[in-house]
Amino acid sequence: MSVAEPLTKPVLAVGGRFLLSEIGMQLRRRRNQLILAVLAAVPVIIGIAVKLTTHDGAGATGGLIGNITNNGIFVAFTALIVVIPIFLPMAVAVVAGETVAGEASLGTLRYLLAVPVGRTRLLLTKFAAMGFWCLLITSVVALAGVIIGVILFPSAHVTLLSGTQATLLGGVGRLVGMVLYAALMMLAVAAIGLFISTLTEVPIAAMAATLTVAIVMQVLVAVPQLHAIHPWLISDHLLNLADLLRDPLRVSGLRDGALLAVGYVVVFGSLAWARFTTKDVTS
Amino acid sequence: MPTSRASAEPPLAISTDVLTKKFSGGQIAVNQVSLRVPVGSVFGFLGPNGSGKTTTIRMLLGLVFATSGDIAVLGEPIPGRGGAALSAVGALVEGPAFHPYLSGQANLRRLDAADLTSSARDSRARVATALERVGLTAAAGKRYRNYSLGMRQRLGIAAALLRPRRLLILDEPTNGLDPQGTREVRHLVAELAADGTTVFVSSHLLSEVEHMCSHVGVMRTGSMVWQGSMRDLGSQQRVRVTVESLDSPLAKSVLADLGLSEITESDGQASAVLGDRPPEQVVAALVAAGVGVRGFSVAKPKLEDIFVQLTGEGFDVSG
Ligand SMILES: Nc1ncnc2c1ncn2[C@@H]1O[C@H](COP(=O)(O)OP(=O)(O)OP(=O)(O)O)[C@@H](O)[C@H]1O
Ligand SMILES: [Mg+2]
Repeated sequence: MSVAEPLTKPVLAVGGRFLLSEIGMQLRRRRNQLILAVLAAVPVIIGIAVKLTTHDGAGATGGLIGNITNNGIFVAFTALIVVIPIFLPMAVAVVAGETVAGEASLGTLRYLLAVPVGRTRLLLTKFAAMGFWCLLITSVVALAGVIIGVILFPSAHVTLLSGTQATLLGGVGRLVGMVLYAALMMLAVAAIGLFISTLTEVPIAAMAATLTVAIVMQVLVAVPQLHAIHPWLISDHLLNLADLLRDPLRVSGLRDGALLAVGYVVVFGSLAWARFTTKDVTS
Repeated sequence: MPTSRASAEPPLAISTDVLTKKFSGGQIAVNQVSLRVPVGSVFGFLGPNGSGKTTTIRMLLGLVFATSGDIAVLGEPIPGRGGAALSAVGALVEGPAFHPYLSGQANLRRLDAADLTSSARDSRARVATALERVGLTAAAGKRYRNYSLGMRQRLGIAAALLRPRRLLILDEPTNGLDPQGTREVRHLVAELAADGTTVFVSSHLLSEVEHMCSHVGVMRTGSMVWQGSMRDLGSQQRVRVTVESLDSPLAKSVLADLGLSEITESDGQASAVLGDRPPEQVVAALVAAGVGVRGFSVAKPKLEDIFVQLTGEGFDVSG
């Protein structure tokens, strides 16, 4: 026998190396770099547009955009609110749709499973990498917003939507909250994408289907007659993000959104698992 | 069915029991196959296109779930226990598959990282050794999409050799390789087999199989039509004697009287499968019957002849 290494598994083998390698591939992918660049451009464009269209001293016009000129960090807040309905779900759908279907279409799925990577571990790793991606895209928007905001606008105190003032540190805290909330909502979209990705060997189809689901949810939310189902749609809770800018903080909307997102993750994660662990890999 | 089985069965690297796969379309790709691959053998898995070889291999690796029947690979049931046995199995299934925009080296690093049982510390060295073994060191940093057909195939073999393995499952490993590459694979297989690695290899190159394998199994439309050791396959049972004589009909009747099978006769030649009778008895009987023997030959069958005999002459695939 030519067995040089023991075959016993370490007890706490979580496979961190595989996750790191997945994230590395994500970051090296040209398309993903392009997505990040486009997302980073959104706050830059907002910041420059506001700078060019406001006259000196015209200041306190109120509302979100008006606040930008009072405080740079508001560029980040505004940018997150702008990208969350469509841009972020798009960025998630493209990457999540590819998770399993991409490997299947290349044929690399059969070699990963033969390594062996257990099917459950493969799904968990792919999902964890999606979690990283969700956090990355929201952070990139926020960070680009803060940077451009600080460059273009003064940054002393943060005037909240309710008119009260918060310290800069408090403002950053709220921004982190927004990033986490947005990432969690996107993780729900990612779970849908992961499930769809286990259904096909055509990554483009999985991306398109995931994006379609996200857009259909947006459309349904726009139809008032359907208000009965609105609480069950992710898109209905996306803009609860803005609640983080109120004083005192209104948490009920955020809590509902977060619970719904977790529900989506559980439901679609389970569906993906049920599908993937019983499916013949013939690609 | 002449499935050879020793009285005390040797330990098996792969064994399946009445393994059947029926695809959702209703197609029965594998039909009640009971594979017996002894530890240490080089097992040639043969069969015409579409006879179910790849489907069987996919089931061995837990990629496709069997409709019925059991599988044990290295003594472990498949699928089961997270495929623990599979970390000692290197595989090449239906051609190589890698990420096109990563280099060959990066692709192997990724597979290595995915393996829970391999250590991060010597990942780089392992990958370098595997690449060297298949002669890809010079192209290690090239993107996979720029690899030639044979380079891709070599990378696939390198992935199968990433770790020391107890069993290699290779589906058409020489596909697309140049003559040097083909010879290298043969040497590699011989080398691994000498180390005690069991090699299960499907191939259409019968001459390669004849050189390489100690055992063969032959598939036909999803069923195993013959399996056993190469020695048994080319043994007495299938040796054919040919008599050259002006009186070939008489020679034919002598062969028939001796109880030989599959007798053929054409002008000046009579031929039959010898069975377990020694050839000298046949010569004696011919002479005793007064057949003027001009020539007498004993020919071991070529694998190709046996293969065609077992699987039929037809060129069309059986849907
Ligand atoms: N996913 C699938 N769905 C339905 N039928 C399938 C599927 N995969 C394979 N088959 C069928 O199963 C049969 C066996 O196919 P398989 O790929 O195992 O043949 P093979 O022996 O490997 O052939 P080759 O020598 O051409 O590689 C074929 O008739 C094929 O059409
Ligand atoms: Mg095949």
